Amino acid sequence: MNGLAGYFLRRALGALAVVLVLSLVVYATFYIAPGDPARLACGPRCNPEQLRQVREQLSLGDPFYLQYWHFLQGLVAGHDYSTGTGVLHCTAPCFGQSYQSNQLVTDLLAERLPVTASLALGAMVLWLLLGIGTGLLSALRRGGATERVLTWLTLAGTATPVFITGLGLLMLFCVYLEWLPFPTYVPLADDPEQWAWNLALPWAALALLESAKYARLTRSSMLETLAEDHIRTFRAYGLTERAVVGRHALRGALPPVIALTAVDLGSMFGNAVLTETLFGLPGLGQLLVHATQTIDIPVVVAVVMVTGTAVVLANIVADVLYAVADRRVALR
Amino acid sequence: MTDTLATPQPEAAAPASGARQVWRRLRTRRSALAAAAVLGLLVLLALGAPLLAALEGQDPVTYHDTLVDSARGGVPLGSFGGAGAEHWLGVEPGTGRDLFARLLYGARISLFVALGATVVQVLIGVAVGLAAALGNRLLDSVLSHLTDVMVAMPSLVFTIALFAVVPSDFPRPVLLIVVIGLLNWGSTARLVRAQTLGLKKLDYVTAARLTGGSPWRVARRELLPALAAPVITYAAILLPSNVVIEAGLSFLGVGIKPPTPSWGQMLSSATTWFRADPMYVLMPSLLLFVTVLAFTVLGDGVRAALDPREASRLRVGRAGRRKSAATSPEGGAA
Repeated sequence: MNGLAGYFLRRALGALAVVLVLSLVVYATFYIAPGDPARLACGPRCNPEQLRQVREQLSLGDPFYLQYWHFLQGLVAGHDYSTGTGVLHCTAPCFGQSYQSNQLVTDLLAERLPVTASLALGAMVLWLLLGIGTGLLSALRRGGATERVLTWLTLAGTATPVFITGLGLLMLFCVYLEWLPFPTYVPLADDPEQWAWNLALPWAALALLESAKYARLTRSSMLETLAEDHIRTFRAYGLTERAVVGRHALRGALPPVIALTAVDLGSMFGNAVLTETLFGLPGLGQLLVHATQTIDIPVVVAVVMVTGTAVVLANIVADVLYAVADRRVALR
Repeated sequence: MTDTLATPQPEAAAPASGARQVWRRLRTRRSALAAAAVLGLLVLLALGAPLLAALEGQDPVTYHDTLVDSARGGVPLGSFGGAGAEHWLGVEPGTGRDLFARLLYGARISLFVALGATVVQVLIGVAVGLAAALGNRLLDSVLSHLTDVMVAMPSLVFTIALFAVVPSDFPRPVLLIVVIGLLNWGSTARLVRAQTLGLKKLDYVTAARLTGGSPWRVARRELLPALAAPVITYAAILLPSNVVIEAGLSFLGVGIKPPTPSWGQMLSSATTWFRADPMYVLMPSLLLFVTVLAFTVLGDGVRAALDPREASRLRVGRAGRRKSAATSPEGGAA
């Protein structure tokens, strides 16, 4: 167990370094590069006096390393802004105020995060069921017509961008069949049933795309495991096919799938942005697109940092899960 | 570079015969050939867009107010989105612009951006991968970590974000190529590094090093020709994802700007029309789907044709399918 703890610690330190480097690159890209942050923050109707105040408030006169240091301080310890009449406290992780709405970016994130989390987690459950199921079926029916049909289906699944699947589902279920409502977000705490019904289409759109990848991986991983010596031994002992596949082969085949699930969060975020925009769900993705179009730098920076950090964390979780699930992995 | 091409090197013979062998295997895969034919047609349509639009007698930017029903919010008059002899695939709702011409011009953008971005990705990926594999331990460690981060990061999110600060007066397609290329080279670099590490152990590369070739010379003369096959395969896999990224960015409104037509952007405006004018949703969706599917099938075919293990597995699989449960060990590392 000591080995595992040490391994985890090393991975955590490495992850911290990655997040730190990410923050530096992101800060340099979005605050230093082109344009004048003060002018953007001040808005279109801005007199020179206001501009000077904003510049002071954002401490843009400081050298780069000091500005970056303030940014890091805000992330770790929070920040206090003077608003003229009083002090606005921005709790850690503080990304500053939105140029557009003057709201604290942290508040915006807190508002949007549950939507994206609902979308992502629900879709994940669905695509794991779909993907692993399809993969298993095509591995066990190897060489038959079932396998060929499933192979083509998964190929079509990977080839269809999520916004096309989503549009197709919308047209089918909301316009022609009228089985489902046009999605609007209902918080889980308000009404779990409505929450699920409204998210059903976005979940399906995301899951159809992602499950194709999992079907392929499950299939190849399963075939590989089935070819291993210990499976042949179990068969030779006379275990039923059901026991061999269900109890032994599946256990060997699943670790890569578990690992991919966590690592996949990165590409999932991208597709979640598209899904949210298509279905009009007020999540992080929609926030990002809007912020990009209005050059709302603090919001853009925040979404990039949050998604980047989430991916780094998910990678650690994946590594640890993989190490726990498959003890053959050397803990280096 | 020209002297290498002019005088055939003995070691250059290996990749050449390899290419012929790959072509022979690829020819036996009907799905890959069909995909190649579809893509060929698509490229012809894209290249001949001005010609074909002229043949139809339309262009992608002229408004036709008389062809849309302003009383119903701009739905095209006539059935199937106003399709007919004058406008082969109908007109765009709201504006009445010719759909056929816009789709063709959209194909130009889609293919141009996808190809350009793939070139940028391959150039960066090969450079970083080679440097990591040939450099000292520190360089390898730094570049490998960078590559890992690039692979794991939510690149579409970063790509969207970057459009908040890119110069707005730059030609949009070129900007898309650069941004997509800069943020999505990680997997190519990883592939090149792994392949190069394998090649470095081969006798002919060692011989070239021992006879006094500089690292640069070894990379150029011995490694790059051998890397061509895997890199080309990988490029075939990158292409469809680049098509999707471009369409996605334009769909979100941060990619190609109007009035330049692009499939993603058409789909985005189609989301407000799908009740009244399904034709307008159908056409760009279908084109995008067919394009990506064709690229994916072709990429799959090329990969299988380049992988001798896969090729022999296919043969064994046909002869006796019970025996061939062993697949490539890379399957788990996808």
